[in-house]
Amino acid sequence: MLAPSVILIAVFVYGFIAWSLRVSMSDWQGLIPSYDFVGLENYAELILNDRRFHIGVRNTLVFSAVFLGGAIVIGLALAIMLDRKLPGENLFRSVFLFPMAVSFIVTGVAWRWLMNPATGSRTSGLNLLFDSVGLDFLVSAWHTNPPPWGIAFVGIPALWQMSGFAMALFLAGLRSIPDDLREAARVDGASELQLYRRVILPLLRPAVLSVVIILGHISLKIFDLIIALSGRSLALDVPAIYMWTTTFDANNFNRGAAIGILLLVSVALLVVPYLWYSHKQETEL
Amino acid sequence: MSAQVAAPAKVTPEVAARARTRRSPRARVLRALGVALLVTASLFYLLPIYVMLVTGLKSFQEVSLATMWQLPSGIHLDNFQAAFTALRPNLINSLQLTIPAAIGSAVLGAFNGYVLSKWRFRGSEILFTLLLFGMFIPYQAILIPLVQFMQQAGLYGGVPGLIFVHIVFGIPITTLIFRNYFAAVPNELVEAARIDGANLFGIFRHIMLPLSLPAFAVVLIWQFTNVWNEFLFAVVLTRPESWPVTVALNNLAGSQIVEWNVQMAGALLAAIPTLLVYILLGRFFVRGLMAGAVKG
Repeated sequence: MLAPSVILIAVFVYGFIAWSLRVSMSDWQGLIPSYDFVGLENYAELILNDRRFHIGVRNTLVFSAVFLGGAIVIGLALAIMLDRKLPGENLFRSVFLFPMAVSFIVTGVAWRWLMNPATGSRTSGLNLLFDSVGLDFLVSAWHTNPPPWGIAFVGIPALWQMSGFAMALFLAGLRSIPDDLREAARVDGASELQLYRRVILPLLRPAVLSVVIILGHISLKIFDLIIALSGRSLALDVPAIYMWTTTFDANNFNRGAAIGILLLVSVALLVVPYLWYSHKQETEL
Repeated sequence: MSAQVAAPAKVTPEVAARARTRRSPRARVLRALGVALLVTASLFYLLPIYVMLVTGLKSFQEVSLATMWQLPSGIHLDNFQAAFTALRPNLINSLQLTIPAAIGSAVLGAFNGYVLSKWRFRGSEILFTLLLFGMFIPYQAILIPLVQFMQQAGLYGGVPGLIFVHIVFGIPITTLIFRNYFAAVPNELVEAARIDGANLFGIFRHIMLPLSLPAFAVVLIWQFTNVWNEFLFAVVLTRPESWPVTVALNNLAGSQIVEWNVQMAGALLAAIPTLLVYILLGRFFVRGLMAGAVKG
């Protein structure tokens, strides 16, 4: 019963990764495949000389910092409030989570108009809203700000879509802390602030780790949101998009494969220790 | 390290109640602040839906960037009609893609989850971890061989090929959800059936399958949402006549000819199926979401 899936994953994941490795060390450019071995040349070219790749890496790092930092802060704040059994808890939770059910493409198209940088009579979206309520100082060029800040604003739609997920993970973590522990700390004279700083936040460390791993690997792979938001603006380029355009538009299959493998390595560095740790824990139980 | 709290001696309800009332005035302010924060946050999350709705419901004459935030004069369907005309074939493609892909990966996931939780063997845990890794990989790392394979196999360009790809890459998450679900079924049940002479497949059909309806609901809803929303495989592996709605919508939004109001209506149309599923069956969706965090 297991065999079909094992074979499929062996071929389509591990076999294809091996094949990509081979392409990444070949001279294949153009429509006719060519597998002549060139060693690590394509990787060296990307890492040492390719400006577009460097911009992409920087953009990914800036985006990940905004996205992860924002998700932790927003997710934690919302989860702590929801955990205090305020009225309407279920409704709020549903509202915070619904963007997770929507495509990144839909998100990108909607935010393209909300974060429209046009000025004068073409002013629209959030800028128009800020103008009309006297918050002019918030008016921004959003993701069209000069690099490296433009990509930071892509964090806004990304957080709109996924900060609810961080909230859900933190809320699950908070709910697993027994009430006795909080009461005991209160009886011992801890203030609310101390209670959170000394007792609750340290116990949420596993939830923070989950958020960093899950959202971190998503931010390394971020692709469709940027495309839907900005078309293919080079200022917002990331390696995931570079791979797509250099492979399928410019037929640089060897360079595309090398970018794909580098992306895989970056994700694996984040995810493999986590999976390994989960696996260890399972077998020890 | 973790909590440095003295052993929680004995917390009687009275002590706890006193502790609570002592903080009552401050707690009340905090509560009010909390509700205010939650309401503000809700406005942020609902903002794009509001704009898409009010824009979509305006008549063509009413639409202008300057009045973007104002309510429509009534319910007009001009924008939705225009968007629907443009996206209709793609919405149909998406349905034809999503339903079989969700069912296919759910069935494989049920098999795997059952074997990996109830028939553990040497190395089954490592095998499971290796399967799981498949859901984290950036698909760019397998995209070139995948396109080559699909072309050679004659599956490139159409919806059936895309269904196949989504079934394959759905295996890790569906296996994970079913494995965790079946792990909670008592082993005694399996043992008893085995003593009665049932084999691997018999136990699955007669014991596990009837129990697994909730897990199927979670997996089907999760995969429906994932496949409906997916873009990378779709844009690389299909020709224009087979484009699912995400690819078509992205093209619509990139074109200079289609007005922004029609784009907004189109975005909402593309979101409605998964939003409806979320509104009606959100419980199952959230369980799938949490399962994706591996440890939950």
